[in-house]
Amino acid sequence: MNMKQSFILALKSLKTSKMRSFLTMLGIIIGVASVIILTSMVDSMKQLMVDKFESMGTNLITVSISGRGGNRRVEPEDMLKLVEEKDTLQAVSPNITIPAYIKNNNENQSVNCIGTSETYHEINNIGIESGRYLSYMDVERRQKNCVIGSYVAKNVFQGTNPIGQIIKLNGNSFTVVGVAEEKAGGTQGSQDDRVYLPYTVARTLTFISRVSNYTFSAADKNELEQAIADIENALFKVYQSEDFYNVISVSAIVDTLDELTGTLTLILVGIAGISLLVGGIGIMNIMLVSVTERTREIGVRKSLGATPWNILSQFVVEAATTSGCGGVLGIVLGIGGAYALCSLMDMPTVITLGSIIIAFSVSAVIGIAFGYFPARKAARLNPIDALRHD
Amino acid sequence: MIELRDIYKIYSDGDSEIRALDGVTMTVEQGEFVAIVGQSGSGKSTCMNIIGCLDIPTSGSYHLNGIDVSTMNEIELSHIRNQTLGFIFQQYNLLPKLNLLENVELPLIYRGLSPKEREEKAKIALERVGLLDRAKKMPSQLSGGQQQRVSIARALAGEPPVILADEPTGALDSKTGRDVLDFIKKLNDEGTTIVLITHDMSIAEEAKRIIRIQDGKIISDMPGRRNAL
Repeated sequence: MNMKQSFILALKSLKTSKMRSFLTMLGIIIGVASVIILTSMVDSMKQLMVDKFESMGTNLITVSISGRGGNRRVEPEDMLKLVEEKDTLQAVSPNITIPAYIKNNNENQSVNCIGTSETYHEINNIGIESGRYLSYMDVERRQKNCVIGSYVAKNVFQGTNPIGQIIKLNGNSFTVVGVAEEKAGGTQGSQDDRVYLPYTVARTLTFISRVSNYTFSAADKNELEQAIADIENALFKVYQSEDFYNVISVSAIVDTLDELTGTLTLILVGIAGISLLVGGIGIMNIMLVSVTERTREIGVRKSLGATPWNILSQFVVEAATTSGCGGVLGIVLGIGGAYALCSLMDMPTVITLGSIIIAFSVSAVIGIAFGYFPARKAARLNPIDALRHD
Repeated sequence: MIELRDIYKIYSDGDSEIRALDGVTMTVEQGEFVAIVGQSGSGKSTCMNIIGCLDIPTSGSYHLNGIDVSTMNEIELSHIRNQTLGFIFQQYNLLPKLNLLENVELPLIYRGLSPKEREEKAKIALERVGLLDRAKKMPSQLSGGQQQRVSIARALAGEPPVILADEPTGALDSKTGRDVLDFIKKLNDEGTTIVLITHDMSIAEEAKRIIRIQDGKIISDMPGRRNAL
């Protein structure tokens, strides 16, 4: 008896007892569906976060310096020199975040102000919608110019062209020279609710003389490690200890994210795997019943010349077909469920082919593994005892 | 053809033992039509199961076609059952989920024939029992006599040299029983060796040779009426 024949027979017996087959498969269906849904949820969430981080630029390196006082300090000029010296580094911008209030129709509204140099928008992939970004001259001469985010433009200027207009930040007048492209949906508190100032001006606004945050861009994404090492070496020379500064890259964050979600996926799949195991036991149970019910059939087949291998393969194929069908139904349910849940949670749906393949092959393997024991029982039946069975 | 020598089949049941076959020796030549007769519990079914390689004797030797069968393993025995023997059972033993053609194809599948070959041979066998026009019907749609004819077709399909019939007419009324018996006789006329098991003397009389078994022993071995004529 060949496999195809067994397979067709197995499909037939599935069809003749639909309810029973469905209940047998239910464990596998739920198991496979939950593997797909859970991995898809984790992957979608990860994708969402990775996209957000990567939109900042994958060659981005952020440096924050806590400092140790005294005369050991790093100035923006030192960082600029470092970029010139090292081929691995492309650009640097100081990064001074100051909370500020923007005057809008006699009302003060909170806004994020970031003091930067003229390279900041390139490092951080900030596009310019209209006007220009801050220039070297703005920074050097401490011009009270600023670039505003799309939310600020919308909120303060209500559709009129903001370029050349004046805004008031903490009581100081700034001339708007550019509007940044929308990056985060133009909502309040997001990256679009920002005002970019020359860092030299920001420094005087807050009376913070020390610049403690820098954003670097690496020249080559593939040499990120070397770029980080170059920065760390330079900082170590100044501070003589690793405790006073912190160098992080977006890729490192993404890598950590990958690791975290990988562990999360494993745990969730493990839980879903328990359901697959229970499903497998269900299949074994039904196959054992089936062997008992069909003892006479086994006897007849043996009397007609079926070898133990013929009988074994018939029952194993039947079990594998049952769980395989359960697997296919589970995949359909899982994909549908993943799309439904992700759209409910407003996330992009990510379903990896890998999770489908793994879920399906695990279900097929479970069918074979749990079908083997009842099948072996059938194959070992003594032909005459089987024939006499009622 | 069939050569049983000192066959014992003993079932131990704690202290007591039951001798289903108690030293049976018999030889059946090619082309013979032998009826094995006996009351229920006489050992005739055990004898047939051993001839049919469905059961293994406790001791004694069994040669089929000159080959020692008593030392064969399960796989070798299944090849013997498939190629040398054809079975006809009292309860037909057709598989209810397969149609007639598929039922008749079963032994050919286990023989490893291609789908085309086995369909051809199965159709010839069904044609011989006059049921080719119902090839796609299910066994449950047929009368008892027709089902028995299908099981004969299934036994014939592989063209085995020996056909074993265990009470083939036992579940049929006398008219259809006679038809089935006539068909078996025809098969014998065409050269197939037949071993028929029955408790009914009137059926046994149709055979060329009658062996009577009682308490696991052969008590008589004589020519049948048909041979005498």
